[in-house]
Amino acid sequence: MSYLEYAVKSTPSGFRKFLYMNWPLTLLLISTASAGFLMLYSVAGGSWTPWAEPQMERFGLGLTAMFIIALVPIWFWRNMSVLAYLGSVALLVFVELFGTIGMGAQRWIDLGFMRLQPSEVMKVALVMVLAAYYDWLPSHKTSRPLWVFIPVALIILPTLLVLKQPDLGTSILLLAAGGGLMFLAGVHWAYFAAVIAAVVGLIATVFNSRGTEWQLLKDYQFRRIDTFLDPSTDPLGAGYHITQSKIALGSGGWNGRGFMQGTQSRLNFLPEKHTDFIFTTLAEEFGFVGGITLLILYALILLFCMVTALATKDRFSSLVTLGIALNFFLFFAVNMSMVMGMAPVVGVPLPMVSYGGSAMLVLMAAFGIVQSAHIHRPR
Amino acid sequence: MKPRKPKSQGLAYKRLPRRALLLGGLQAAFVGGLAARMRFMQVDQADEYRLLAEENRINIRLIPPNRGRIYDRNGQIIGQNSPSYRIVIVREDAGDVDQVISKLSELIPLNDDEIERARTEMRRSAPFLPVTLADQVTWEDISKVAVNAPALPGVTPEVGLTRQYPRYEDFAHIVGYVGPVSDYDLSLIEDPEPVLRIPRFQIGKVGLEAKQEISLRGKAGAKRVEVNATGRVMRELDRQEGQPGADLQLSVDADLQQYAQARLAGESAAAVVIDCETGDLRAMASAPSFDPNLFVRGISVADYRMLTQDKYRPLANKTVQGTYPPGSTFKMVTALAALEAGVIGPGNTVYCPGHLKVGSRRFHCWKRGGHGMVDLNTSLKRSCDVYYYDVALKVGIDRISDMSRTLGLGIKHNIPMSAVRAGLAPNQEWKQRVHGQEWLSGDTANASIGQGFMLASPMQLALMTARIATGRAVSPRLVRSVNGVEQPSGAGEPLEISPTNLKYIRDAMWSVSNDRRGTAYRSRIIAEDFRMAGKTGTSQVRNITKAERAAGVIRNEDLPWERRDHALFVSFAPYDKPKYAIAVVVEHGGGGSKAAAPVARDIMLQALYDGTPPLDAYPVADRERIKEQQKRLEGDRRPKARPDGKDRA
Repeated sequence: MSYLEYAVKSTPSGFRKFLYMNWPLTLLLISTASAGFLMLYSVAGGSWTPWAEPQMERFGLGLTAMFIIALVPIWFWRNMSVLAYLGSVALLVFVELFGTIGMGAQRWIDLGFMRLQPSEVMKVALVMVLAAYYDWLPSHKTSRPLWVFIPVALIILPTLLVLKQPDLGTSILLLAAGGGLMFLAGVHWAYFAAVIAAVVGLIATVFNSRGTEWQLLKDYQFRRIDTFLDPSTDPLGAGYHITQSKIALGSGGWNGRGFMQGTQSRLNFLPEKHTDFIFTTLAEEFGFVGGITLLILYALILLFCMVTALATKDRFSSLVTLGIALNFFLFFAVNMSMVMGMAPVVGVPLPMVSYGGSAMLVLMAAFGIVQSAHIHRPR
Repeated sequence: MKPRKPKSQGLAYKRLPRRALLLGGLQAAFVGGLAARMRFMQVDQADEYRLLAEENRINIRLIPPNRGRIYDRNGQIIGQNSPSYRIVIVREDAGDVDQVISKLSELIPLNDDEIERARTEMRRSAPFLPVTLADQVTWEDISKVAVNAPALPGVTPEVGLTRQYPRYEDFAHIVGYVGPVSDYDLSLIEDPEPVLRIPRFQIGKVGLEAKQEISLRGKAGAKRVEVNATGRVMRELDRQEGQPGADLQLSVDADLQQYAQARLAGESAAAVVIDCETGDLRAMASAPSFDPNLFVRGISVADYRMLTQDKYRPLANKTVQGTYPPGSTFKMVTALAALEAGVIGPGNTVYCPGHLKVGSRRFHCWKRGGHGMVDLNTSLKRSCDVYYYDVALKVGIDRISDMSRTLGLGIKHNIPMSAVRAGLAPNQEWKQRVHGQEWLSGDTANASIGQGFMLASPMQLALMTARIATGRAVSPRLVRSVNGVEQPSGAGEPLEISPTNLKYIRDAMWSVSNDRRGTAYRSRIIAEDFRMAGKTGTSQVRNITKAERAAGVIRNEDLPWERRDHALFVSFAPYDKPKYAIAVVVEHGGGGSKAAAPVARDIMLQALYDGTPPLDAYPVADRERIKEQQKRLEGDRRPKARPDGKDRA
C-alpha cells in the first residue's frame, strides 16, 4: 500500500493543493465557529474574555492544523490509522491511571497550553481505524462473522474505557459512530437487525420486570433511570437545567430577545451556558431564525462531506469522510435534542460553537482529513 | 508500477453509496425533526415560555407601609415611627467574617445570642444578602461604626422605622404596643396579608394598636425587581407606592392623662374621665403602668417577670379590664330603679337601726349604730345601707338589673381597647342560668349596695355617672378622628328615666359632696362655677364574720393589702352644667371618701381648668397640702428621660 498505488497524475501538488480544497466546507466551518465566538462574547456579558478570545485562538490553531493535515496525502493518514488508534487507546489507559478528574468526571491530560481529552481523539481515531480496516479487508469477507467480530472488538475496547471514566455520552457516541461506519462499510443488515432486536428486547424485559417478582433492577435504580429519561420528575435536580433550558429556548420566540438581551442566560438561570447549553443562549437571543440558521449550516457541512465521500473512488477516503460527518452529526444532534428536552442530559458539546479546546481541535483535525481526502481523491 | 487493484467489484463496496444515502436521509430526517421541535417551542409555545422566563427573572418585593401615627385630642404625639438603626453585614463583602465581627465587638457592645443567630443566618442565606448583627443601635455606636468603616468591610449601618411611644408609661394601657409578627399571630389571622411575612414587620399586639391594626397598618406597596438565578437583585423595574396607615386622633387629653397617671402613682388604681355630653374619654389612667417601648424592642425576661409578678398587676388595664363590686356608688341605680317603679318617693323614709333582717340573715349598715330615720337624700348623702336593702326588696332585682343596663353597667361597650369586660348586672334569670340556683332576697340586698354578684369597670362607672348627670344615653368614644375624619360622637338620646327622678338623685349627689354631713364633703370643690356632685363607695372583698362584727370590725389599716376594701368614687362637675364625669377606683385603698374622693377631685379640677387649678378652688384647709402635692406632681411631670438613661435616637 504504497504511495505509488494511487493514481497521482491528476492530483494537485504543492500550493496548488489549496485551490483544490473543499472551500465551501472551510467557509461553513468558519461561519459556525464565528457564531460560536459571538455567543461566547454574549454570555460573557459583552466581553471577549474569558471565553471568546481563547476560543478564537484555538480556532486559529485548529484551522492551521486543518490546513497542514489537508496538505498531507490521504494515504499517509490511512497508514497512520492503526497507530492513531493504538495511541488513543494508550492515552485512554493513561488517563484512567493518571488523568485529572474535572467536572462531570471526564478525564483529561494537561498539556500545559490546553487540556487534551483522549476520548475526543478516540472518536476520530476509531473512525480512521475502521475505515482503514474496511479498506484493507477484501470485500467478500465483510459480512463473515470473524471479520465482523474484529471491528466490533475495536469499537468495544475504547467504549468500555470511556464508560469507565465515566462518560456515558461519549461512549454512546463511540458506539453509534462505530456501528454507523460498519453499516456504511456494507456489513450485512442482519447483524444490525439482530443487535437492535437484542437491545430492544433487553430494555423491554428490564422495564417489564418492574414491579414483578423477578424484577431485574432495584427500585432506586429504576428511579434513577426515570430521572435520566424524564428530568421533569426531578425539577430541582437534573430537571432544573433542562427546564430552564427549555424556558430560555422557547422564550426566544421567532426572532429572539436580541443580542445580549437573553434574560435566562444573562441572569444565570441557564447552566453551562458557554459549553453544553450554548445553543439555548443562541436560540434565546436570536430566536427560531437564529437556531434554524445554525441548523442549516450544520446540514450543509454534512452535505459537503457527503459529496466529497461519494465523489471519491477511494474506499478509505469515503469511509473516513462519512464517519467524521456522522460523528459531527451525532455531536450536534445529541446536544440539540438535549437542550430541547428531547434527550437525557449527557455532556455533549455543540460542535464548533461550545467553548472547549480539545473538542474543537480534534474536530478541525478531523476535517483536515476530510479536506485531504478531497484534495487527494483519485481522479 | 502496478495499478492498484480496484476494489469496486465487491458487493460491500457497491453498497457504500446506497448506505451513505440511507444514513444521510436519516440524518436529514433527524435535522428536520430538530427544526420542527424548535419551531414548536419557539413559535407555537413561545408565549408560554416567555411568561415562564419573566416569572423567573421578576420578583415582587413588598414595600412595608408606614404605620399610622397616634395623637391625643390636642395633636400631641403619642405613637410615632422613629428611625432605628441597625448594623448589618454582607458576607461576600466582609471576607473574613469572624475577624470583622471581632473587630466590631471591640467598638460596640454586641449580644452573643444575636451574633450566633446572625452566623446561622449567614450560613443559610445567599452571600450578598445583608444579615443583621445588632438591632436598635444608639446613634453614638452608629457613628463609631461609620468612622471605622474602612476597617470593617461589609459592615453597614442601616436605618429603618420602628414604633416609639414618647409618652412612655402614660398611654401604655390605652394604646398598647406593637411587636414583630409571631407565628402565633399568623395562626390567628385567616389568610394573612403578605406584608405580615416581612421579617421584623411590626403589628399591634395589645390595646388600640391591636384593635385598630388594619387602619393603622395601611396598604403595602410593591416593587418589581429583576433577580438572577441566585436571587440577587439586578435592578428595579417599577414600583407601586403603598398607602400609609391612617393617623388616629384620640379623645384623650395627653396632659390630663399624664396628670391622672401621676396622681395615681403608688396605688393599684384606675381613673376614668369622660365628657358628659359627647362621651369622649378624656383620661383613662391605670396604675401602675409600664413602658410600652420595652415591648417594641423585645422585652427582657427579667423585665417581663418583674411586670408579671408585681401584685399591683401593671400589665392589666384596670379601667376596662378590671371589674369591681361598685359598692355604694351603685346606690344611685337602686334608687333610680325604685323611683321609676314608683315604689318610693323622695320623701319616703326608712328607719335604720344599723341592720336589717332579710330572711334568716342579718344585713348590716356600715354605720354600727344606724342612721335613724332616712329619706332618699340622706340615704345617699350618708350612704345608709339599710335604706337600700329595704328599697331593693320592694323594687326587686330585675328592675334594678334593667336600670343598671340603662345606665351602661353590665354591658360590653364598643371601645377599641384590649380585654374590655362587660361586668355584671345580675338578675333572677342570670343566676338560674349560670349558677342553677334560685335568686334569694339576700342576693337582692347585696346587689342593692353594689356587692355580691355586681361587678363594674371604672369606665362603666364613669359612664353611669355621665348618664345620670345628663340624662342622656352617652356612649364612650376613644378615637376622635381617623385621618382627619371625625368619628361619630358618643352623644345619645335622652334616657327613658323621668328628669324629675334624675334631679332627685343629682341633688342627693350634690349633698354627698357639698353637705357638711356628706361622705365626700372633705373632697369638695369650692370654686363656685365648678361645684361637684359625687358618690363614695367602699366595696368589701371579704366576708365579715359574726365573731368579727361582735368584736368590732377590723380597720382596713390593720388588714393585709389584699384584704382591704376597694375605695371608689364617682362624680360629675360642674353640678349645674355637667361637663365631665369621673370614676376612681383604688384597689384595696380602704374607704372611698378617704382614698378615692380626693384623687377624683384633683383630677376633676385638673380637667375643668384644663391645667393646674388655682388653689382657691380647694377648701381652705386643704390648700397647704395641695400646694405641696402640686409641686411634687409638677416635678414628676417633667419630660421623662428613659429609665435606663439611654436615649435612643
